[in-house]
Amino acid sequence: MVSKHTASSGLFEFLLQMGDNCLVLAHRNSQWCGHGPALEEDIAISNISLDLIGQTQLWLELAGEVEGAGRSADDLAYLRDAFDFRNLLLLERPNEDFGLTLMRQFLFDAWHLPMLKGLTQSSNKRIAEIAEKSVKEVTYHLERSTDLIIRLGDGSAESHRRMQSSLDELWSYTGEMLESDDLDPALISECVVPAGDKVAEAWRQHVTAALKLATLIKPESDFVRRGGKNGIHSEHLGFVLAEMQFLQRAYPGAVW
Amino acid sequence: MSSVNTSPDTDGVGAPVKRKPELPLWEIFIRGQHGMSHRHVGSLHAADAEMAMNNARDVYTRRNEGVSIWAVKSDQIVASSPSDKEPLFEPANSKVYRHPTFFDIPEEVGHM
Repeated sequence: MVSKHTASSGLFEFLLQMGDNCLVLAHRNSQWCGHGPALEEDIAISNISLDLIGQTQLWLELAGEVEGAGRSADDLAYLRDAFDFRNLLLLERPNEDFGLTLMRQFLFDAWHLPMLKGLTQSSNKRIAEIAEKSVKEVTYHLERSTDLIIRLGDGSAESHRRMQSSLDELWSYTGEMLESDDLDPALISECVVPAGDKVAEAWRQHVTAALKLATLIKPESDFVRRGGKNGIHSEHLGFVLAEMQFLQRAYPGAVW
Repeated sequence: MSSVNTSPDTDGVGAPVKRKPELPLWEIFIRGQHGMSHRHVGSLHAADAEMAMNNARDVYTRRNEGVSIWAVKSDQIVASSPSDKEPLFEPANSKVYRHPTFFDIPEEVGHM
């Protein structure tokens, strides 16, 4: 199917980005369920997964409506292939250790919150409503991930080393989040989505302040790995989808 | 014996190793609704007060259980000794007049 680049297809793409970001990060976090370093952390990260899955449902449901091809949120989550996913490459990075998982969460939360705050002012009422609901949850996600990266960055020599190497490893994936893409101009001029540079500026301020408190050094490199927003993913997303979509692929239409 | 060491308490050849020190224990109290008192719901580990609040929120209030959380360091609680049970509590058992059971509370009064 050739999609025309109309306002509604741009909106569809944007809603997929929001939904897929939540879905892929929720799946990554859910892989910690039962394996967290402490009971409290295990429950907290599973809770964040559940919040994000709830948000995924809202974004993808709206995406399906905007597309108008009769696809439900479940269809979009379970029956698309990797090249149709629009999530950031950052979020499909493997969990590795809990330090890397927390750093990934922190770098995303610091973008997610200002983005959602901007979306609460959207001229599209449905989008504003979803953002309003999500802001409450994500405010807490950012509070928690910021608190933990500061504690661990400014903690023992070993925790500091792990947080710094997590930051170094993930840094090149943050640029994709902060860049505007070609579907933005129309959506921004119609006040559907907030201007990307405002969100990026809020991200920089929060991240810079938190890293300073965490005694972590912001990497110098401005090399950016990009592709996720255009459906060009790393091999890791394939494994995520294989696990996540197996049941619906093997038993189409299976329900509880 | 399996060659895989699954126990955190041994070093793989059966010798006990020192456990990692755990974070301090906190007792968590939640007030379910306005007008009710805080009730003990359980405990958790946290490095300080802020973390105790965050963890309490995650562990105990995710299903809309409360309007207020108290966290108290467990070592700050003074507890009665189980061996004092008899002198502390038993004298009241045989004195039925100590319990307000001889009149009915009107329904309009509600929770007491």
